[in-house]
Amino acid sequence: MMMEAVTVSTDPLQRAYSEKAEAIHVENLHKRFGALEVLKGVSLTAKDGDVVAMIGGSGSGKSTFLRCINFLENPTSGVIRINGEDVKMVSDGHGGMYPSNRRQIERIRSKLGMVFQNFNLWQHMTLIQNVIEVPVHVLGMKRDEAMVIGEQLLERVGLSAKRDVYPAYLSGGQQQRGAIARALAIQPRVMLFDEPTSALDPELVGEVLRVIGDLAKEGRTMLLVTHEMKFAREVASHVMYLHNGIVEEEGPPEELFGSPKSERLKQFIRTVS
Amino acid sequence: MADTSIIPAALSGIFELLSPNPPGWGGNLLRGLAHSLQIALGSFGMGLVIGTLGAYGKLYGGPVVRDLAAIYTTLVRAIPELVLILLLYYAGTDLINRVLEGMGYQRVDISGLVAGIVVLGFVQGAYATEVLRGAIKSIPQGEVEAARAYGMSPSLMMRRITLPAMLPHALPGLANLWLISTKDTSLLAVVGFAELTLETRQAAGATKAYFLFYVAAGALYLFITLFSNAIIGRVEIWARRGMPSVKEAR
Repeated sequence: MMMEAVTVSTDPLQRAYSEKAEAIHVENLHKRFGALEVLKGVSLTAKDGDVVAMIGGSGSGKSTFLRCINFLENPTSGVIRINGEDVKMVSDGHGGMYPSNRRQIERIRSKLGMVFQNFNLWQHMTLIQNVIEVPVHVLGMKRDEAMVIGEQLLERVGLSAKRDVYPAYLSGGQQQRGAIARALAIQPRVMLFDEPTSALDPELVGEVLRVIGDLAKEGRTMLLVTHEMKFAREVASHVMYLHNGIVEEEGPPEELFGSPKSERLKQFIRTVS
Repeated sequence: MADTSIIPAALSGIFELLSPNPPGWGGNLLRGLAHSLQIALGSFGMGLVIGTLGAYGKLYGGPVVRDLAAIYTTLVRAIPELVLILLLYYAGTDLINRVLEGMGYQRVDISGLVAGIVVLGFVQGAYATEVLRGAIKSIPQGEVEAARAYGMSPSLMMRRITLPAMLPHALPGLANLWLISTKDTSLLAVVGFAELTLETRQAAGATKAYFLFYVAAGALYLFITLFSNAIIGRVEIWARRGMPSVKEAR
């Protein structure tokens, strides 16, 4: 923060950006599974309105990184600040650490709307019940109020007609759009997308990407782990290329895809496109 | 004469013997049935509570909790129920009274109903632990992960996600346990608790109409089972509400 204050840009656009609040700040994140070090010091700052796309081959650590942000995985070391709040961590005595305050983690998680590769809708609830579950039972919203918001969200993702249908009776694309509505229902500070189209049949990818693209356009803050390069290039404000647990290269999408510097990234772009 | 002692010749004799009003023994049988059902319901409910705790302990507990749960389920499932009932009933009530006396209180008479529920509930709990543990393990882990990712506390997650999601997987096993618990109540006859089997034995012994009364008791047990099956069927349909029918997938 101090640094930014000193180096205020004269460019008004740039200055407006630097005045935006930080939604997520991650510093030097490490994650180790036994002998395998999956993340070797990854840092990221996302301000309000940023769309950060993370790309990389399988095993590059991009999904693990996303899962560390809402503590579905405990990072081995590093600093995580979400919503301006430093997450309190304590050592577990085996070289790792875990969050010391469960309530803080629950509070932070309820600000992050996570969308999973396999949708993970709750199978014993209808679509609308899935959408209002967290607002009503975690955030304490009144049921009627949550229903109104939930119905608006389902309409937005084109699923009004399916509100009383159980997830098992929906297509993958419909389930994923429902899962996006569930994430939006908590009015998240940041949306986290973990390969949201990887489990979908090719003909269903488009409908999900359209919804995500619309969210990006309206200025939602998002972290997006994806294999859809064309999509990342279109919607992202910042792209990170991970390889073997480190950020090999990052920057604005035109730069990263237009003139990649590292040999690995060049090769990666060639193989996936 | 020998005929009447085993199968009363006249139907009117049967009705007299089974009449709910004395000198008929029907009232005794129905009272026994009521006691049996009370014990079955109580012990099944207690078994569910112990089973839920046991399953959570085995799945998510620390090493000490896991070991304790393992010892409990292994021992209880290894020892014949009749032996456990005798052991827990006599030794248990004796232990409680000794502790009470040691602390300077009066001895208490422990009611047969409470003792029966506790003893059978303790046995049911061990089996329910395993049924529920298996059911919880069969929940798609992604659903549990989603609950964590949205900031649910462990207790909220248990109430809203884990228990409803595991129920369809647990129901066949739990239905078995319920039917077993209705019949295990008959084991309490050995400690002199007046449930259906003991009442039947007394009625049969007093009237020498063994065949009649044991058939009547059998019919009552059968009635419990048929009634239970109807209820369980409905519960299962409700619990599987989000799941496509198995037939459709065939």
